[in-house]
Amino acid sequence: MTFFLVVTLNGLTLAALYFLAASGFTLIFGLMRTVNMAHGALILLGGYVGYQIVDTTGIWTLGVLGGGLASAFAGGLVQAGILGRIQGDELRQTLASIAVSIVMADLMLWHWGGLTYQVELPEALAGGQFIPLLGIGYATIRILLILLAIVLGVLLWLLIAKTRLGAIIRAGVDDRTMLRALGFNVARIFVLVFALGGALAGMAGVVAASALSIAPGTDLQFLLSSLVVVIVGGMGSIGGAALGAILIGLAEQYGLAYAPTYGVVFSFAIMVLVLAVRPQGLMGRSEA
Amino acid sequence: MLNRTRKVGIAVGMALGLSVMPAAAAEVKIGVISILEGAFAALGQDGIRGAQLAVAETGGKVAGKDIKVITMSSDASPDSAVAAARKLIEQDGVDLIVGPLSGSEGLALRDLSKSFPGVTFLNGSSAAQDTTLRDSSQNFYRFGGDGAQWMVGVGSHAFNKLNYKRVAVVAEDYSFPYTQVLGFMTEFCAAGGKVPKKFWTPIGAKDYSSIVYAIPKDVDAVFVALGGADAVNFLTQYSQAGGDKPIIGGTITIDQSILDSKGPFKKLLIGAPAGTPTVGDYDGKEWKAFTASYKKQFPKGFSAPSIFAHHYYMSAKAALLALDEVKGDLSGNHKALRASLNKLQFVTPTGGTMRLDKNRNGIIDNFVTEVFQREDGTLGNRVLKVVRDVDQLLGQNETDFLKKGPVSRDNPSCP
Repeated sequence: MTFFLVVTLNGLTLAALYFLAASGFTLIFGLMRTVNMAHGALILLGGYVGYQIVDTTGIWTLGVLGGGLASAFAGGLVQAGILGRIQGDELRQTLASIAVSIVMADLMLWHWGGLTYQVELPEALAGGQFIPLLGIGYATIRILLILLAIVLGVLLWLLIAKTRLGAIIRAGVDDRTMLRALGFNVARIFVLVFALGGALAGMAGVVAASALSIAPGTDLQFLLSSLVVVIVGGMGSIGGAALGAILIGLAEQYGLAYAPTYGVVFSFAIMVLVLAVRPQGLMGRSEA
Repeated sequence: MLNRTRKVGIAVGMALGLSVMPAAAAEVKIGVISILEGAFAALGQDGIRGAQLAVAETGGKVAGKDIKVITMSSDASPDSAVAAARKLIEQDGVDLIVGPLSGSEGLALRDLSKSFPGVTFLNGSSAAQDTTLRDSSQNFYRFGGDGAQWMVGVGSHAFNKLNYKRVAVVAEDYSFPYTQVLGFMTEFCAAGGKVPKKFWTPIGAKDYSSIVYAIPKDVDAVFVALGGADAVNFLTQYSQAGGDKPIIGGTITIDQSILDSKGPFKKLLIGAPAGTPTVGDYDGKEWKAFTASYKKQFPKGFSAPSIFAHHYYMSAKAALLALDEVKGDLSGNHKALRASLNKLQFVTPTGGTMRLDKNRNGIIDNFVTEVFQREDGTLGNRVLKVVRDVDQLLGQNETDFLKKGPVSRDNPSCP
């Protein structure tokens, strides 16, 4: 029983990480209908930059912010320089973003090499916490992951539901042409949202590099998990990303614990089931 | 001027087309297959360096012919290795192939080699057992060991010297780790040790936390056969969860590239024993000469040749020695070359004598090592024991050894 609870807790903490990683992806898709295949590369870039900052300054929070900033900049640049020029042509955008992801991955391999990096955690987060209910020690960083995910989820909800930018994004999701007709500089808003999505990806990258590790190839793993999470949850919905992340995180951990060889099948089985029964995702709205 | 003459020579050769006998060609083409993309890219690159080093040491010529090296990348999957080999054979017309890097790729190229009797395959660093033991191919050579040979000495060291009686296994779920676990368990179980639980994890798994909690409390140590980022992730999560069992390392778990990786997990590794055919810090005189030659040729390479550079070097060197002996004669499906390879003997960078068994698998030197902290705080491996002349049957009788069946998740077993 204890083991089952521990695995459940593991699933939830992994879900928190998946949610952090997928939130930027789903945000960008929600507004622009851009399937940003360079999302994984933005996560990895944030992780590397965060590592460098923490390695130099020793301040973990600074690393998280710096990683987010670097990826925000890179994301904004990608939208302004490449994807924005072919706005509205979703297939070409997707292909172009794949190209960007490959170029970025190779540039990062060139600069940081093939070694595995891990961001050193501050003293207070490095150890484990004793959980009396389960009678085991549990890594502090993983508990922090859940808190981070909840805080981020609430902040994103506030941003989208309560702020002017949020209102613009929601309006854009419903009718981009109308938004443009009302006199909003859509191109600039797109760059801004892309940068915001990049910032989320970059920060998720630093957190992932602290809780797990980063190396060439991590970008594709997170891109895949983000894709699966938002397909299950519903493209463009923050709540959907949370739900999708919980389902996939739990499925992966139960799989790894009880049927390690076939663990990976569960995630995809959920995806297939969702696509068959509710193709727009659990919380997604169907296209009119 | 010389260059132009050669180009003209080649052009004439090409104009004459297929009527030119291969033996009369002015160059020998060697295709090298390694992993130059994704997580293994930096290590795969070092494999290429090993092959290039062997070529450079001959001055780029063998038996009066120029050596042309063509590299191709695979991505650790068997089909990518097959595609790379087909491209090298069918488009570039290579005579020999050196590679691949990873376990299951080797099995795939072994099978492919049966359909190309006119090409000689020399394994890079892939180390699955059945690449040469069962279903071996007449033109597939491995001048190196398999994953089981690389663990020789560790099982008995763990049982006798470190007093570990019960050990849990955490390893990736494919042919190479199966072979490594066999190498460890053969000795450990024979000495009286028990392995109550084995965990097979998918390659590239990020989150090992549930496995960490499932490791039985009553084991004395954990044998970890994971590579690259997988090893780093597992060890990190194990230490974060308060895991304190000593670690026994597989060959690539304790590779220098992992010891050089950044992160706090490394404290767990200090004192961990492992088995490997390649030790960067080994102080044998042949190894020192090899390292010096490597560093001179590749100032931007690693601080010492990795296991991949070492093995690609040995294969390329074997090919060049044999080519030299037969004066570059590749006629009759490399008949003379293969006869020469079969009985070839040469001194390896670790000081032993490399030679093949009847399945064309290398008889090798193996090391039992221990991780230690250098004075500057970095980690290195030091040699506890050298075991010479390790063969693929691990010193056992062939019939008995084969009767145990191919390695798998459940074979061997001693719970």
